[in-house]
Amino acid sequence: MATIHPKLSDELSQTVVSSTKSVKIKIKRSNPNVNSEQKFDDFVVPIEKWTTVLDVLLDVKSHLDHSVGVRYSCRQASCGSCGMKINGKPGLACFTKISELDSDTVTVEPMDNYPVVRDLAVNMDRMINNHKKVMPYVIREDSEIDAESGIREFLQSPENVEKYIQFSSCIKCGLCNSACPTMSMDKTFVGPQALAQAYRYIADDRDKGKNKRLKVIDESHGIWRCHFAGSCSQVCPKGVDPAMGIQLLRGYLLGIRD
Amino acid sequence: MMVLRESIIMKIHYGTALGALFLTVIHIMMRLTQDFHESLEYENVIANYESVGYAILLGLLLILISVHGFNGLRVILLEMNQGPTYEKLVTIGCLAGMAALIAYGSRTIIMTNMGML
Repeated sequence: MATIHPKLSDELSQTVVSSTKSVKIKIKRSNPNVNSEQKFDDFVVPIEKWTTVLDVLLDVKSHLDHSVGVRYSCRQASCGSCGMKINGKPGLACFTKISELDSDTVTVEPMDNYPVVRDLAVNMDRMINNHKKVMPYVIREDSEIDAESGIREFLQSPENVEKYIQFSSCIKCGLCNSACPTMSMDKTFVGPQALAQAYRYIADDRDKGKNKRLKVIDESHGIWRCHFAGSCSQVCPKGVDPAMGIQLLRGYLLGIRD
Repeated sequence: MMVLRESIIMKIHYGTALGALFLTVIHIMMRLTQDFHESLEYENVIANYESVGYAILLGLLLILISVHGFNGLRVILLEMNQGPTYEKLVTIGCLAGMAALIAYGSRTIIMTNMGML
């Protein structure tokens, strides 16, 4: 067994490490609640070929520095909690293997376009508020629960599901908003995440709230501020393609889609 | 102040771009009716202005490019900063700039067309 951690904490120094490979991880540290200081802390961590960035961060937290601030939950790219900038590109820490980064040094930073809470954890209020603004639910006058006929279903054909199914995969990780160049300039821009979700519900033929949603996004800091850089689609870990959703939404506003 | 919906403004933006592109093609093709250097000589340029049809083309081109350009400027400025007062100032400023440019350009076209310059 080789001693790989340079400063193993006392209580966990007996961890068995079988790997012969290691990676240097540089973690951006800051705590805006205390001061404006920002720095990178370096740690050397053993890795296997399946090790993810989140595994490395949790290894650091367990063995080297308990105080590293990182948000995570499911570890399987379902919850969208562990979004961060990995080697300069937004990605999910649990969905990014060290081996695919092809680098001996991995730099992790908090996502751009979000205020930092501490270290790698960011405040996602702006994204959640914009998400709420586009009413991400089916809007109808009637209900699936009917007093006379009991519970019924709003049926939908497979062809109609195809129109939006891709956009319903959004896990609200916020990577698209982090990669968006307009988000960095325009603090009131609604953002690719919310726009893609607006399309998801507008394209759903069970929904009757198209006009309400179009009104929300058709304002001076709405859909028209997208420059179609496409970086949102580039970084989306679920293949949602918000950039395409935005173009399809524009079709409704320009009158070339019903 | 009456506020147009952004989608209407953007339809105007795209429409003016297409219109300006079309008229610019005609404008450039007119250069091909004679030698390029010759077409830029003072007398020939004035002759273009004095033709009513060409003066209308130039007037339309001026309007389309002014509307498109100043709306583009408004969009860029809105993206650089935000706030209700700032946005109102930018909108009014761009509208004023657009109106001033169209007025000054139209004056030049009309006066030249009428042989006053």
